[in-house]
Amino acid sequence: MSAQNLHIKDMILQSRFFLGTAGYPSPDTLAQSIKTAKPGLLTVSLRRESAQGKGQKFWDIIKSYNLPILPNTAGCQSVSEAITTAQMAREIFETNWIKLEVIGDDYTLQPDPFGLLEATEKLLALGFEVFPYMNDDLVLAERLSDAGCDILMPWGAPIGSGRGLNNPYALKLLRKRFPDKILVVDAGIGAPSHAASAMELGYDAVLLNTAVSKAHHPAGMAAAFSKSIEAGRLGYLSGIIEQQENASASTPMIDKPFWHQHDQKREA
Amino acid sequence: MKIIINGEEKTLEAPLNLYDVLVQEDVIGMMIAVARNGEFVPKENYQSVSISEGDQIEIVAPMQGG
Repeated sequence: MSAQNLHIKDMILQSRFFLGTAGYPSPDTLAQSIKTAKPGLLTVSLRRESAQGKGQKFWDIIKSYNLPILPNTAGCQSVSEAITTAQMAREIFETNWIKLEVIGDDYTLQPDPFGLLEATEKLLALGFEVFPYMNDDLVLAERLSDAGCDILMPWGAPIGSGRGLNNPYALKLLRKRFPDKILVVDAGIGAPSHAASAMELGYDAVLLNTAVSKAHHPAGMAAAFSKSIEAGRLGYLSGIIEQQENASASTPMIDKPFWHQHDQKREA
Repeated sequence: MKIIINGEEKTLEAPLNLYDVLVQEDVIGMMIAVARNGEFVPKENYQSVSISEGDQIEIVAPMQGG
């Protein structure tokens, strides 16, 4: 089995790259980006539908890839909205997976930790597999874990900001404290190196959207992220060396020509 | 009877059930889900849910999301 595979319950995802489907310049660009990203899953949302059937056309594109779908509750600002949206998503997409967003602040799109916990408890009781979009707070992670979450999705930075990992220390701490949880960095990623850094911290996957959809060449950026996530994972599994304060020569000094001649000249 | 469908006020002939509303909105057969007054309504219940004056209906479908 590839080190890039990720098990979530009875599903095996072929990649640790979770790709969002919003904000692409055109449906063709989205399709090309999915092809080059080769993502493990696609995130989608629900929006109001009319007789024009806009949603049906979008779904025709998405379902052709036969990838796992992670619906979200994006934009929900209350527990009840999030729960109703999750229930509607479960019926439409025939999955009990839900990326749970309960937004607490319009400016930063920071999740409301209290609403998130309450909605998580209720959705778990309704049989959902909750992927909570959360900040990087350790205590919130503990509460969500206590509630029964097997997956935690802390932000790297505010949604769409492209700032990368604002607080690597907090993300590292979460990894250390929850070695058996599936941890996904969700939101704030801008550059492929950000995604690689998250994977090097031992995160199980990275979820991103804007960094690809708003790139000058989305399909190229999707490919770059695919490689960086794979590289970061392989780096993590291979054991990254500890940082040192001092230099340490990599080339052996034994049998080095002109051994100490420089010192002798200086002494003379 | 006035009801709100996806945030827009509409006048429809009473009595109605939810299925009738969806027929009038021309969304039957589409990949949709529905909530009435903030509560999810499973599709098997569309015929049995009566609609009252002022009800708020949300009809949603798959859309791009991050």
